[in-house]
Amino acid sequence: MLKMIDIHKTFNAGTVNEKKALNGLNLTLEKGDFVAVIGGNGAGKSTMLNALSGVWPVDKGEIIVDGVNITKKVEHQRAPYLGRVFQDPMMGTAANMEIQENLALALRRGQKRTLRWGITEKERREYKELLATLDLGLENRMTTKVGLLSGGQRQALTLLMATLRQPKILLLDEHTAALDPKTAAKVLELSDKIISDNGLTALMVTHNMKDAIKHGNRLIMMNNGQIIFDVKGEEKKNLTVNSLLQKFTEISGSEFANDRMLLSE
Amino acid sequence: MVNIILGAIALGLLWGIMTLGVHLTYRILDVADLTVEGTITTGGAIAAIMITSGINPWLSCLAALGAGLIGGLVTALLHTKLKIPALLSGILTMTACYSINLRIMGKANIPLPSTGSNKVETVFTPVHELMKKLVGEYDDSASAAWFYDIICSKNFSAMLVGILVIIVISVITYWFFGTELGCAIRATGNNQKMVRAQGISTTLMIIICLMLSNGLVALSGAFIAQYQAYADIQMGIGSIVIGLASLIIGEVLIGTKTFKRNLVALAVGAVVYRIIIALVMAAGMAANDLKLFTAITVTLCLSLPLIKDKLNKIVSKRNGEAAVTAEKEG
Ligand SMILES: Nc1ncnc2c1ncn2[C@@H]1O[C@H](COP(=O)(O)OP(=O)(O)OP(=O)(O)O)[C@@H](O)[C@H]1O
Ligand SMILES: [Mg+2]
Repeated sequence: MLKMIDIHKTFNAGTVNEKKALNGLNLTLEKGDFVAVIGGNGAGKSTMLNALSGVWPVDKGEIIVDGVNITKKVEHQRAPYLGRVFQDPMMGTAANMEIQENLALALRRGQKRTLRWGITEKERREYKELLATLDLGLENRMTTKVGLLSGGQRQALTLLMATLRQPKILLLDEHTAALDPKTAAKVLELSDKIISDNGLTALMVTHNMKDAIKHGNRLIMMNNGQIIFDVKGEEKKNLTVNSLLQKFTEISGSEFANDRMLLSE
Repeated sequence: MVNIILGAIALGLLWGIMTLGVHLTYRILDVADLTVEGTITTGGAIAAIMITSGINPWLSCLAALGAGLIGGLVTALLHTKLKIPALLSGILTMTACYSINLRIMGKANIPLPSTGSNKVETVFTPVHELMKKLVGEYDDSASAAWFYDIICSKNFSAMLVGILVIIVISVITYWFFGTELGCAIRATGNNQKMVRAQGISTTLMIIICLMLSNGLVALSGAFIAQYQAYADIQMGIGSIVIGLASLIIGEVLIGTKTFKRNLVALAVGAVVYRIIIALVMAAGMAANDLKLFTAITVTLCLSLPLIKDKLNKIVSKRNGEAAVTAEKEG
């Protein structure tokens, strides 16, 4: 489903702020893989997802999605393959537009925008049903401007938008980090449900080790712009926070450092 | 007096097209585009030069619109391709427009007289003739003569044309921003990252929106030149502030609750602005002071939220507890 081959990305090359963010990264995802991504601050987790999304071109390497080489495509040209949810709840939606208008924009992800009407009656009914499944009462507020929603509601909506048209890969970058613990748990549960119901391939960056162990069939750990640890299936299920930390020190030769990482509960 | 007000309404409606253009960039795309100061004159210049050489006035308006589209395209390319900040891109195109406008006109001013030996036919002429013919069929009973005078006035026919044009353009605009493309442009003004994530080229959306905006502005310039019976190289100076003043007046008076309402607000705002100007002029303000007056008005309007906030705070300090709720409401 996805192949990232020998990806390099250096920011501010040739200046004092030079930063090698991706350093020969290799990653292969099978169809249906649900991968939790963990790693310390600045390990390159977000950079990996940005490289995949085409936020900027990579310096070196190839990205292949479902047999299509997308390395040279720019951000909006890659959208047909990707559903994205960002850490900042403001990032995923258009605040001054209605809930239903945001959904309509997302339903047409990757399609040409024509002079046909932007939202149809039939869609409206579908959105209403879909929103009802979120259990947030949004189905009765379809014409509310998204800017009036809470962070959690916006993230749930963004999640729905990202998967409204089934993506080849769903990218979640710490998408619950800005939410309060209760809302975060709810949104995470919803993500898990949407991914498993639709059999999606997904990459989920999280700062919560417990969540990373609990969700998904695979876990990768990043450090210095590379993947240093990659486990699947049974082996992954048997992981504990302690064994993960130990693994990190063992491989990287340093202490695990992430100011947002929840090491215990 | 009636004639002055009629004139203000007519001119306001024609400026309303420009206000709508400003709305597309300032409110929908969320950029302040100064290109309009150049393209409004370009519109007037093209209409004037075509009309004086005997070309159909409506066709001339269409050509003006086309020129505006190109002006907007230039600014959009400077901004999106050369990465020059939007404000500066607009200033560059506006400045370039000055020379181009002079080239188009060949001189600083082209009169479009409706009488005399070199009179020309404008979009208002046929309507004016029609009105005169209609009234002519009735007997001027002395009691209603003033009424017939109004109907036969130039300002009345200009108002009719203005109403027709603003309605047609507003309806088209309403339709356009309901389409998939229109929605994508609106979203671009909100959140470009999200728009790209939906597979939409924000570059293309910015280009389209700036083009449409300046197309409308140039069209407005073409009508204004015909109404005031001349095109002048200076006619664009201060136009962005006039557009903003009209836009804000409309928003305050009519509101922005729905897009339909917002469109009405733009036309009403432009008309009210013109009536205010006509009144202060009638009250004796010198024409040269108008721009200062407008600038101050806009400044006040733009700082209104801040002033309101400050006032609320002062009140809440005085009233202590009772004002806490006022804060929340304000
Ligand atoms: N656009 C950018 N410009 C310059 N430097 C960047 C940019 N994006 C990321 N970096 C740098 O690249 C490195 C990797 O950043 P990245 O955001 O991928 O880390 P991360 O693993 O997501 O960490 P965190 O847990 O803090 O989110 C960091 O040193 C960061 O400062
Ligand atoms: Mg990150």
